[in-house]
Order: sequence, then structure tokens, then C-alpha cells
Amino acid sequence: MTQMLDGNTAAGALSEIFAVDVTAAHGRCVTCGAVDALGEVHLYFDAHGMIARCPHCEGVVFRLVRSHDRAWLDLRGMVSLEIPMPIESPESPRG
Amino acid sequence: MARTAVLGRLRWQVATVTDVRDEGPIARTLGLTVPDWPGHDAGQHVDLRVTAPDGYSAQRSYSIANAPDDSRVELTIERLSDGEVSPYLADVVQAGDMLEVRGPIGGWFVWTEDVPAPVMLLGGGSGIVPLMAMVRARSKASIRPPFQLLYSVRTPDLVFFRDELAALHAPDDGFDVTFRYTRSAPPGWSEPVARIDRALLQRWGMPTADHPLAYVCGPTGFVETTANLLVDLGHPPERIRTERFGPTGGGP
Repeated sequence: MTQMLDGNTAAGALSEIFAVDVTAAHGRCVTCGAVDALGEVHLYFDAHGMIARCPHCEGVVFRLVRSHDRAWLDLRGMVSLEIPMPIESPESPRG
Repeated sequence: MARTAVLGRLRWQVATVTDVRDEGPIARTLGLTVPDWPGHDAGQHVDLRVTAPDGYSAQRSYSIANAPDDSRVELTIERLSDGEVSPYLADVVQAGDMLEVRGPIGGWFVWTEDVPAPVMLLGGGSGIVPLMAMVRARSKASIRPPFQLLYSVRTPDLVFFRDELAALHAPDDGFDVTFRYTRSAPPGWSEPVARIDRALLQRWGMPTADHPLAYVCGPTGFVETTANLLVDLGHPPERIRTERFGPTGGGP
């Protein structure tokens, strides 16, 4: 299927892997340097799985393939991710 | 609150259909109860998995239509004529049936009342569904920023939530709904019958000086065009959140 969707659609599949919702995280594109929420990336499906592309340069941000017993996550297109986290209470230890 | 991060990975759960109601000729709302539902934010979705007797299974994402609730989830599902899953959900499923769901999902295309900014909602077709969750959440919220909804729909009979939107429409109380018909309009309609265009958004939109948040949801073409027009009119891209829908990949 080649219809374009967006990163919001990948939230369920990514939630199988990550303990936090990474579609609300902002990533910087390796190819063009643009910063976007993963919810805003362009998402395409093919027979194998999903491929996410930068909404500005269409560079590959990540690919995710899932079989019945494992997942392959290719994160080639992200320099870093800034991830919103629950607010820590002041007394909780750090580090 | 599921908005920032729910710790712990999601699991599939079995939900029970408690009620179904028609939403015009092409859609149906399913009311579900999900055990241990953690609550949700307006704009989030669930993944739903259906499995045929032969073991073939298909998975789809559906936006949650109701305001945040401790146990109940409502999904408003449009019947896609070539769909694999939606005809089953929109025609066959009955109260008492059980469905596999996981959620709530997604922390980006969400609205919560702790964000005080005025809000523009722009929906195309069944893209109204997550926006309706936001409208409903606002009407239950203790602090209600101004909301305006622009609902683009082909014909009047395809409008979802018509009576409820009419009842909530109260510009003096900060909620305004505007319809845009793209194929045929009700008798006596004085506005153009056309897709959303620059002239409409210029007239309808909130002033950029008010720093509104915009949520745009619909088919990919609608979302691209509408979001680009908002940017052209001076709304910063980082204030515009988009969600495109369409058939998603099947498979387990």
C-alpha cells in the first residue's frame, strides 16, 4: 500500500517496543536537519512493514518490520530524539 | 493522563461492545468497555485487531470519539466500500461482541485542557472523529479556551454528530462550528459549494496574533492542502498538528 499516512499511525507499533509514546517526541532528520514530532513524519506501508520519511526532504527516518516473534527497527534517519517524560517528583532520585 | 508518557508497553486486551448506533448512512459508532482502561486524551486512537475463523488477522487504527472516560471508549467508524475491516465493524458487529484492542495510543495529536491556547479544528470527512473528542472534552473541561471547528463534508447527509454539534454551537460561549460542503449543500445554503480554500480560511481562521493551535485531520490530500494554506496565512508550522487517515497496513 503506497498511500501516505503519518507517524501517528505508527504509535501502536512503536508502543510495543518503547515504554513511552515516541510519536510525541521530536527528532532531528539526519538528511536535512529539520526537527519534527514523530507524529508528523510521512508514513508509508509496504508488504514488509512501515517506512517513515521526513516531511521536508523525504529522507528515511525509520523503518519498522514486525514478524510474529520479533521486530526490526531501523533508526537510520534520526540524529537524536527529545522525548517528553512524566514530571519527576522533587524527591525522586536521579542518575 | 496519558498525554506525556504512560510507563509500560501496551498490551492487546479484549473489549466488549456495549452498544452501537448509526452515524448517518456511512458510519456507525461502537461503544466499548475495556477492562482496566487507563483513560485517554482527546485525539488519541486505538488499534483494533480482528481475526477470521481461518486465523487471518487484520489490524486497523481508529480514533476515539468520546471525551476522556474511565472505562468507556467510543469509536465512530466509516464504512469503506473496499475495506477489509470497516464493513465488518460498521455492519456486522453487535452489542455483546468482543473485539481485540490496544490503547490508548498516540501523544501528539491530542488536546488537553491544561493548554490554554485557542484552538482551530479543521476536519475533512471522517477526520471529524478525533476533533469531536476534543470538542466533547472541551465541553466537560473546567477551563474552556475558544474553539472553532471547520467541518468539510461532501453532502449534508454525511455529517456525523449533527444534532450534538448543533447543540454545542454557542459562539458566545466560545464554540463555533462552520460547515463546508464540497458536493451539495442544504437548500438555501448561501456559501460556495467547494473545497476549503484560502479565502475561506482567511475569513474563518483565528488571528495569528492570538497564537491558536490548529488540529487538521482527514484524508492525506485534505490535510496537505489545509495545513499548507494555514502556513501561507501566517500560522507557524509548529502550531499546526496533523493527522492523516486512510487504510493502514494489515498483517499481525
